Amino acid sequence: MTTLDGSTAGRAEARPAVVRHRRRWLEIGVFLAPAIALYVVFLIVPVVQAVRYSTYDWNGLGALSDYVGLDNYREAFGDPAFRQAMEHNGILVVLSLVFQLPLALGVALLLNRRMRGRGLLRVIFFAPYVLSEAITAVIFLQLLQPDGLVDEVLRGMGLGALVQLWLADLGLVFYTLFVVITWKYIGFAIILFLAGLQGVPDELHEAAAMDGASSWQSLRLVTLPLLGPTIRIWAFLAIIGSIQLFDIVWIMTLGGPAGASSTMATYMVDQGVNSYRIGYATSVAVILFAVCFVFSILYQVFVLRRDVRGGTTRMAG
Amino acid sequence: MSGAQSRAGSTAPFANVPVYVVALLLTVIVLVPIGFVVLGGFRTTGQIAADPVGLPDPWVRHNYVSVLTSSAFWRQLGNSMIVAAIATGLVVTVSAMAAYPLSRMQFRGREALFVFFTFGLLFPVAVAALPLYLLLRQLGLLESLLGVALPEAAFAIPITIIILRPFMRAIPAELEDAAAMDGCGRFGFFLLVLVPLSQPALVTVTILSVITSWNNFILPLLVLTDPSKWTLPLGVAQYSSEHSADTAAILAFTTLSMVPALLFFLAAQRRIVGGLSGAVKG
Repeated sequence: MTTLDGSTAGRAEARPAVVRHRRRWLEIGVFLAPAIALYVVFLIVPVVQAVRYSTYDWNGLGALSDYVGLDNYREAFGDPAFRQAMEHNGILVVLSLVFQLPLALGVALLLNRRMRGRGLLRVIFFAPYVLSEAITAVIFLQLLQPDGLVDEVLRGMGLGALVQLWLADLGLVFYTLFVVITWKYIGFAIILFLAGLQGVPDELHEAAAMDGASSWQSLRLVTLPLLGPTIRIWAFLAIIGSIQLFDIVWIMTLGGPAGASSTMATYMVDQGVNSYRIGYATSVAVILFAVCFVFSILYQVFVLRRDVRGGTTRMAG
Repeated sequence: MSGAQSRAGSTAPFANVPVYVVALLLTVIVLVPIGFVVLGGFRTTGQIAADPVGLPDPWVRHNYVSVLTSSAFWRQLGNSMIVAAIATGLVVTVSAMAAYPLSRMQFRGREALFVFFTFGLLFPVAVAALPLYLLLRQLGLLESLLGVALPEAAFAIPITIIILRPFMRAIPAELEDAAAMDGCGRFGFFLLVLVPLSQPALVTVTILSVITSWNNFILPLLVLTDPSKWTLPLGVAQYSSEHSADTAAILAFTTLSMVPALLFFLAAQRRIVGGLSGAVKG
């Protein structure tokens, strides 16, 4: 307050306070208006509209007249295909945490030392993250063709028995996609953890070693707790990403065959674009949002907030 | 794990052997798919079908030449650049302007407004995709690059403001006083002091926005059905399903569409990695 009023006080003193006041609000408004306009028109309005459309039976054309209340939601939760899609999202969350986290953490710990080529390795590991989902999907679509590179490499290693219909087998296709997703996103986790590890001072390890800690103890008792905030932020992003997954699945399998690799988002687009059931599809969008929203709130309250408090006590102590 | 051992590692050269083995393995896993696509573009579809693992023999330039001489590829590249430029230019401009009062001025409702902006972080484009499609139809923006760029900019506002605000807040108040004494109004201070001093943060948000826009798939998929309006991700996906019989052509097209993103990444990688560490620490 002092800075702002003080800065113009010299000139403003002569003017009545009301004019000064009005001028200040005008200035604030000019700075804020473009962002608010863009944000409201292209983000808030569509999201609010989604909620409204979700209570109608509507094909996107014609009058919005067939109000059905919560029927669309009832139908979605009753549809085995949608339940299957939700289940896939859930499996993806678990798989990401169980496989990607230890893998990325292990690699980051290995690479967190002075070694030749470290800069180059970082660039290489991060490269898949930079490629678009579309490119990743098309690349693996080719690699996983029957008798494609993956099959031939397996045969070449004498593992021909392992060859599968990677993208056509109902029981396998979703796990194939998980491997592709891991290829694409693991580099991001590694870079994130490496950045976090740089914040762990060497002195702590030296102190731990002097106190007789083994390197395992030093890892468990010094490194991991200090890396906690980074891990928790990564986990948050990985879970939200798993709930919203669309691009790679859509390009590689369209959620098929027979819904075996569907996610909530592919189910939604399928219903909206292919079946012209806009009202129903937006109810799925709202459910998708509600899941993300509830999860974010719970995560903030139970995981991240405790994190911040822990962080400050640690610093204070 | 790191400290004492890394020092030991520099004196005992073989201590790092397992590390290099893991690093090599991962490098192979990352580079083989990319290498397959790049080299496959130099082969014929017949060569690839006969032996997916082999090297080009003989090397053919035909696939790359035909992509590079096709108008589709260049048009899609151009479209992607236009969308990324509009979306990024817009979001960085409006967010920098909004971040100024949100970080450095006192007014009623400031924190509520900030929370309102961060709220958008919770909405993936996918949630709003269908209503956005209907909105764009009403506005006459279907089949238009602007129709993709405007929502992209809107959805990038939350993260951009979140990154810019603490940065702008940290710039000392003395500078604002000094600027005022030199006769600089709010707008002068914003343009002549705040924007230049916020440059590192502005570069970070610019890179983030370009990457997000460049990779966006669902919005162009819904909004742009006219092939002459397609962006690269859409073009790559459609090309692969339309030419599914011609593997070599797909690989050449895919390779060339990777190039801009990889070049951009190599040029900006220090900033990206640096920005990530900043985000984690801050």
